[in-house]
Amino acid sequence: MGDWMTVTDPALSSESKITSQYTSETKMSPSSLYSQQVLCSSIPLSKNVHSFFSAFCTEENIEQSISYLDQELTTFGFPSLYEDSKGKETKRGLNVVAVLNCMNELLILQRKNLLAQENVETQNLKLGSDMGHLQNCYAKLKEQLETSRREMSGLQERDRQLQCKNRNLHQLLKNEKDEVQKLQNIIASRATQYNHDMKRKEREYNKLKERLHQLVMNKKDKKIAMEILNYVGRADGKRGSWRTDKTEARNEDEMYTILLSDYEYRQKQILMENAELKKVLQQMKKEMISLLSPQKQRPRERTDDNTGTALSDVEEDAGEMNRESIWDLSCETVREQLTNSIRKQWRILKSHVEKLDNQVSKVHLEGVNDEDVISRQDHEQETEKLEVEIQQCKEMIKTQQQLLQQQLATACDDDTSSLLRDCYLLEEKERLKEEWSLLKEQKKNFEKERRSFIEAAIRLGLERKAFEEERAIWLKQQFLSMTNFDLQNSENVKLFSAFSGSSDRDNHTVHSRPRARKPHSVANGSPNCTSKLTKSLPASPSTSDFCQTRSCVSEHSSSINILNITPEETKPNQVGRECTNLKWSVASRPASQEGCYNGRSLTYANSHIHKDNLP
Amino acid sequence: MNFSEVFKLSGLLCKFSPNGKYLASCVQYRLVVRDVHTLQIVQLYTCLDQIQHAEWSADSLFILCAMYKRGLVQVWSLEQPEWHCKIDEGSAGLVASCWSPDGRHILNTTEFHLRITVWSLCTKSVSYIKYPKACQQGISFTRDGRYMALAERRDCRDHVSVFVCSDWQLLRHFDTDTQDLAGLEWAPNGCVLAVWDSCLEYKILLYSLDGRLLSTYCAYEWSLGIKSVDWSPSSQFLAIGSYDGKVRILNHVTWKMITEFGHLATINNPKIVVYKEAEKSSRLALGYNSFPQLRAIGTLPSAESKYEIASMPVSLQILKPVADRANPKIGVGTMAFSSDNYFLATKNDNVPNAVWIWDVQKMRLFVVLEQLSPVRSFQWDPQQPRLAICTGSSKVYLWSPAGCVSVQVPGEGDFQVLSLCWHLNGDSIALLSKDHFCLCFLETEGVRTTFGQLGDHT
Repeated sequence: MGDWMTVTDPALSSESKITSQYTSETKMSPSSLYSQQVLCSSIPLSKNVHSFFSAFCTEENIEQSISYLDQELTTFGFPSLYEDSKGKETKRGLNVVAVLNCMNELLILQRKNLLAQENVETQNLKLGSDMGHLQNCYAKLKEQLETSRREMSGLQERDRQLQCKNRNLHQLLKNEKDEVQKLQNIIASRATQYNHDMKRKEREYNKLKERLHQLVMNKKDKKIAMEILNYVGRADGKRGSWRTDKTEARNEDEMYTILLSDYEYRQKQILMENAELKKVLQQMKKEMISLLSPQKQRPRERTDDNTGTALSDVEEDAGEMNRESIWDLSCETVREQLTNSIRKQWRILKSHVEKLDNQVSKVHLEGVNDEDVISRQDHEQETEKLEVEIQQCKEMIKTQQQLLQQQLATACDDDTSSLLRDCYLLEEKERLKEEWSLLKEQKKNFEKERRSFIEAAIRLGLERKAFEEERAIWLKQQFLSMTNFDLQNSENVKLFSAFSGSSDRDNHTVHSRPRARKPHSVANGSPNCTSKLTKSLPASPSTSDFCQTRSCVSEHSSSINILNITPEETKPNQVGRECTNLKWSVASRPASQEGCYNGRSLTYANSHIHKDNLP
Repeated sequence: MNFSEVFKLSGLLCKFSPNGKYLASCVQYRLVVRDVHTLQIVQLYTCLDQIQHAEWSADSLFILCAMYKRGLVQVWSLEQPEWHCKIDEGSAGLVASCWSPDGRHILNTTEFHLRITVWSLCTKSVSYIKYPKACQQGISFTRDGRYMALAERRDCRDHVSVFVCSDWQLLRHFDTDTQDLAGLEWAPNGCVLAVWDSCLEYKILLYSLDGRLLSTYCAYEWSLGIKSVDWSPSSQFLAIGSYDGKVRILNHVTWKMITEFGHLATINNPKIVVYKEAEKSSRLALGYNSFPQLRAIGTLPSAESKYEIASMPVSLQILKPVADRANPKIGVGTMAFSSDNYFLATKNDNVPNAVWIWDVQKMRLFVVLEQLSPVRSFQWDPQQPRLAICTGSSKVYLWSPAGCVSVQVPGEGDFQVLSLCWHLNGDSIALLSKDHFCLCFLETEGVRTTFGQLGDHT
């Protein structure tokens, strides 16, 4: 039986397949499924039974075969092949139905078994392949493990080596450190020894010197002498004075006076420097204000809190200008006030510039899609649409006109029909007339709308352009003025501190300045007439003048601008001119194309100065 | 530019008188005084031995001639040729002699720096100052001649004594916190005294006239320190050249460092102009237009040189210092501010051929001049920003902001310019060689207009 299990006959299996095909229509009952499982082991047997059937049953042993089969079947739980005997003696007959049933059952069983076998075989195969795969995997992993082990050992080895090296290096470092320490110690000891030796030697030397001194000087050396024809007078013509306490005191006094005068000189210098710096600050403040204030005058400038503060500063400054003498006192409050206001202005300016920057970037990003401004594209689209509409309306009107005329013509031709339709026509005429007028009105409206839109478009374009220009000027000016301030400020400080000692150059340049400016002031009328001057100044600067002052400014450092109006040298009636000139030259430093704008800020500054001079 | 004839000279002793009228030169034991303009001999004095040192008194009335070997000083009067004075230091010996600022006292330092003897020409009085220190620059007079600072060494400590020059009274005496004081110098305004330590330690101390310590500055430690010190004429800046090849500028308000000028051997900055001296093949020199008068001497033999503007990455010739010798040739050894404070000329000793000119106004390097041979000496024109340089060759070099020029000294034979000194007016330079000297006259209209900012003197 065991041998049979392993041997699988291909013919048999195909046969069984055929049988299964034939019996495929039969349904599998749950009970049979159960029995199939139970009889799993007997499947080959049944096959073999089938193949050896001829040998099993012959003509002679039918009865035995049947009984044997019956026995066998009953043991396996099939119903008996025999009919139920009524009496024991009577020979039981073969129940054909039961036999057939049994056969059928057996066949079903067989089929099921075959199926199961197949399944098992495939499963077996699958498992076998799985097994193989797993074995492969295992082998591979083993290999990997091996390699990684090897790697690890290699790494460990390297690590060990590195550690070794590290240890060695540490040792070396330690040695070096020790060496350094030792050497330092040696150096220190040598130094002390050297110093000690030096001191000793020096002492010895001093002793020897002393001895030599005594020997040389106390020998009453005749040779040490001065031969002189006659004594000459002192360089200052005075006689030498005796040394007394008085002279000593006088010497002390003199020394202190020298020191004092030096300190005074330096203090004066520092004061002057301070004054210059203050002036620069003040000017900076003024310029900042003049920069910041015009923004509120702009029509489309959005109102913000900055302009408000700037405005108040302007007023405040106007007050401050009148008490300009306060600036000369270097009292702390004034200083603080000035610095604070400058700081405030600066912050405002900074925020303003930042805002402008933001706006610029926004414009660049979104095109012209500002909330309150309709973009040109939209506008054009709209006008196009409207134009189309107008065209349509015109066409409609035309067709209507034609229709009407046709109707009218027909009405004229056919009197009867006209008569007939008269009543209708009158009504219709009225209606049409109304419609006509309505259409006309509509047309007019459309036309008007269109015109207004075109106008708006033009205006918008212009405004846009103006805005862009203004912005560009603004940015440039602010940038320029800012850099100018920095430049001026730093240069002024440096230069002044560097060359306050001998200012030959300064003098030279100072003298040269008025010369350069003279023709300009002459052209502007007499310097005495300050009111006229202040009015005419801002308007007058021609480009050549600009160039002149520009070159003047660039040639000499900008500090000179300030140097020439130190309070001592300005005469009362000239203050105005000097100041305005100064203002003007400073303001004109940015490129000349912003002349008009500078002019505006200039008038502002000038008016203040003018006010100052009036009393 | 014109050159005078060549006169004999010994010991490079040729001095313009402080009033600019005379020129004293020594030939062996003779002292010759000439008129600067005519170069006619005004006086001729004969000393007892070869003159080793000669010096004009501040009022240009006297000249002292020192003969250190014999311990003698002879004084001559220009007004009274028959007047004479001889000071004999005897067995004490003599190592240095100088005038006091009033021109009536002579300070003689004896051998071994035993003492300084102050001889008066007005009275018989003789004063002694003991314990002077033997150092580079141990005596310094204020520019107004009122005070003298003297370095002293007592009890193994450095001291400074401030004397009133009018009566040699000790005004202040204080010890300085230096290991080994190497030098001291008054600021030109006479109110601040700079005292620096020897090269072993970088240390500079600033004292007020009344002996108060104003500030101490130390740039680094453990390395060779200060090599040269120079005040700007306005007393605003103190330039300190050190062995690390840098110049540090201190300001006069806080006495802190303003900036550091490093002398790098390679220059790669298009703002800096590097003039390189080159053997001349053509006749035109650079900066020719600024010295139009040079056309007159344009036809000279081939030994001429000219300046070329070097194209930008420029590497200068470096001298490798000998490490195991004392006084190595490294560091900034010579410095000079121009008379108008605008420029500072320096020489780094391991780049011996180059002179660096710094713009003090902008605190940056302005111009570098690289010569063909090592620079011997340079000096600023007392009136203008104009620098004269000599290299031991037969040429003299002039630099001004307008350009620079190399001028051959005419004459037979080789006139090796070893030293030079400007006349007070800045219109002539005395060029000194080993045995000769000549004058180089610069005063022309062309120069005036070129450097015209200060052209108020004639």
